[in-house]
Amino acid sequence: MNKLFKTFKSVALVSLLLASQQSQAKSGYVFVSSEKDDLVTVFEAKSMDKVTAIKTSERPRAMKLSKDGSLLYVACGDADAIDVIDVATLKVQKSIEIGEDPDRFDLSPDEKYLYASNEDDGLVTVYSLEENRKVAEIEVGEEPEGVLVSADNRLVYVTSEVANMVHVIDVQSHELIENIVVGNRPRRMLLTPDQKQLWVSNEVGGTISILDTAFYQPVAELSFSLRGVRAESISPVGMVMTKDGQRAYITLGGANHVAVVDIAANKVIDYILVGKRAWGVTLNHDESRLYVTNGKSDDLAVIDTERLKVIKSVPAGRVPHDVVVDD
Amino acid sequence: MFCFTQSLRFVNVRLINLGLIYLRIAAPLLALMLSSPMWANDLSTLNIALIEYANDPSYREEVTDARYQAQPWGRLDTAVELAIKESRFAAQKSGIKFELVKHEVDELAQLPELILSLQAEGTQFLLLDLPSEGVKLAAQAAKYSNTVLFNLSGLDNNLRDENCQANLLHIAPSRRMLTDTMAQYLIFKKWKEVLVLHNETVADQRYLESLQGSAKKFGLDLVALKPYTLGNDPRQRYQNNISLLTAKDDYDVVYVVDSTGEFAVDVPYAIVKPRPVVGASGLVADWWHWAWERNGAPQVNKRFKKKAKRQMTGYDWSAWLAVKVIAQAMLDLPESHNGSVTAESLLDLIRSEGFKLDGAKGYPLNFRPWNNQLRQPIFLTSLNRVIGRAPIDGFLHPVNNLDVLGSDQDEGRCKLNRGVSP
Repeated sequence: MNKLFKTFKSVALVSLLLASQQSQAKSGYVFVSSEKDDLVTVFEAKSMDKVTAIKTSERPRAMKLSKDGSLLYVACGDADAIDVIDVATLKVQKSIEIGEDPDRFDLSPDEKYLYASNEDDGLVTVYSLEENRKVAEIEVGEEPEGVLVSADNRLVYVTSEVANMVHVIDVQSHELIENIVVGNRPRRMLLTPDQKQLWVSNEVGGTISILDTAFYQPVAELSFSLRGVRAESISPVGMVMTKDGQRAYITLGGANHVAVVDIAANKVIDYILVGKRAWGVTLNHDESRLYVTNGKSDDLAVIDTERLKVIKSVPAGRVPHDVVVDD
Repeated sequence: MFCFTQSLRFVNVRLINLGLIYLRIAAPLLALMLSSPMWANDLSTLNIALIEYANDPSYREEVTDARYQAQPWGRLDTAVELAIKESRFAAQKSGIKFELVKHEVDELAQLPELILSLQAEGTQFLLLDLPSEGVKLAAQAAKYSNTVLFNLSGLDNNLRDENCQANLLHIAPSRRMLTDTMAQYLIFKKWKEVLVLHNETVADQRYLESLQGSAKKFGLDLVALKPYTLGNDPRQRYQNNISLLTAKDDYDVVYVVDSTGEFAVDVPYAIVKPRPVVGASGLVADWWHWAWERNGAPQVNKRFKKKAKRQMTGYDWSAWLAVKVIAQAMLDLPESHNGSVTAESLLDLIRSEGFKLDGAKGYPLNFRPWNNQLRQPIFLTSLNRVIGRAPIDGFLHPVNNLDVLGSDQDEGRCKLNRGVSP
């Protein structure tokens, strides 16, 4: 508690407490970051009416909500910072200096550390949220992108778009313990709910590499084929998986579709047309809705996951990048 | 599989304690062990030779300082070094580290001798930053050897046609790919009536032929071909005065055919009619541009600029990408090859249809099996902006849209026999 008092002024603490109380009921918001106008647009999830747009530092991209839903972290690449938005007040509460051009990031399960990829420098920055300072910089391949901390808090996975590898970093020693070759321009990652598989989207390769987390070996590769779309336009980036591990949704970038993967059947069961250059993707809490950002048509598509149809499409700033739902 | 790898790794650790002498004897084992990052200090060196022509007119200081569009703005060693650094993880996985070794000839005729001496020392990867006639000479000298040559700068179509060679890979696009790019754009904009200014030099005659081929392919009307000369001689005013060259005809655009850029640089805003200038100045087809904002290009440009203290050109991109080709092939190599990387084993992989490479300009890149030309998108550029990227939407190819640029499988005069080693 002392530490908290040191970090935040008492006024801030009150609002923080309020925020955490509120968030138990969830804010009911959808947040969309947009790269070119430095905004996080807030929608009311049920109606998809716009609530407000929060001005952030330059070039907001990846976002992540704290577990209690009180804080929204936003990586702002051109400001070399991660903005922290207070969900209760919808204001930027502070800005964490994180090193050059932060791209994606993840929080440790205990939320004590933040790991961010610094796209320009080929580094992963380790930041202590308790001590409010940078504790380490880890050299990885150029243009690191996806960052993912394992649920047991032992490993950090980082993709390097240039090295075409996933680096496996030991949380304790900060050493690279493995470099796994994947496809061309690996972007994002997800861990299956049982943590046994790591999925990696290869944007230029047009595939998903599926790695076994016990042996660090590729076990399968997922590829896509759409009628009327050239193979070279298929550029998978964003991924999300249902909590039961039965279904995955993958945005296909320039192919303008989302692929729906039935994991048990091991096949793509549908492709949903969403908008131009689909990247960001997320599910709401009960997994009835899927949200997709379309960077080149400046909108957000809302999909009914039962019918696998787009039910709404709303403008969402200039070059919308990431989407987070808190419902 | 798990037990196997784990036990091997256990052996690795024990062997370290036994000392290095033993390791050198156990060569096959060594190759396996090198895949482990802990062996970073024991990597064997793989030389990459960059071959330059000392008297290359496009590298005269006054020329590079002028920063003509789609011309080199400096030598290419920085780009090679940058790519070597970026490829360190891939190289390390195969137990090696790349090293750049620069070589220079004063006369192009010295190239065969240099190539033979490099072969004798075992250098297998040669990057050729040479004019087209130099590329031809170097390639001939290396025709039947275990080497891979990368053409970084030679644009002549005939290197991809009658002078093609199984171990010669073209990173730079052919002239025809560049003229096809411009023709696509002009058709797309409906600027079909083209006045052509051209020179009588051999290089520009070839450039002109290329443009004529593109015009025919895409349906441009070359309303007049006007030869120009550099100079101020009033007796030659109909060849050296831009106003007189451009006053008479009706045209939508002026296309300047100039492989050096020296004449072209003066043409925009100097023609009589208010029309765009394209070709070697104004709007220029180029295979890289520092202002491209997508596909991770800004990061590549930033890294290059930091190192080179200047912006990156298409020629730099060629050099950067050539190293990437080697590195990608190493990643694709089955693990059993680790530690024994040869040009031949990599060449088969590089030339396979399954080869995919990221060049930071979109599309997975690979080589056309019929002439070893790298498939790639081409930019339409102004001085400080990328205006478009070909293939332009709507120009389709039955198999791969990138193959609408340059000579297609059934058009070329080169038929490389796939699968046969050089």
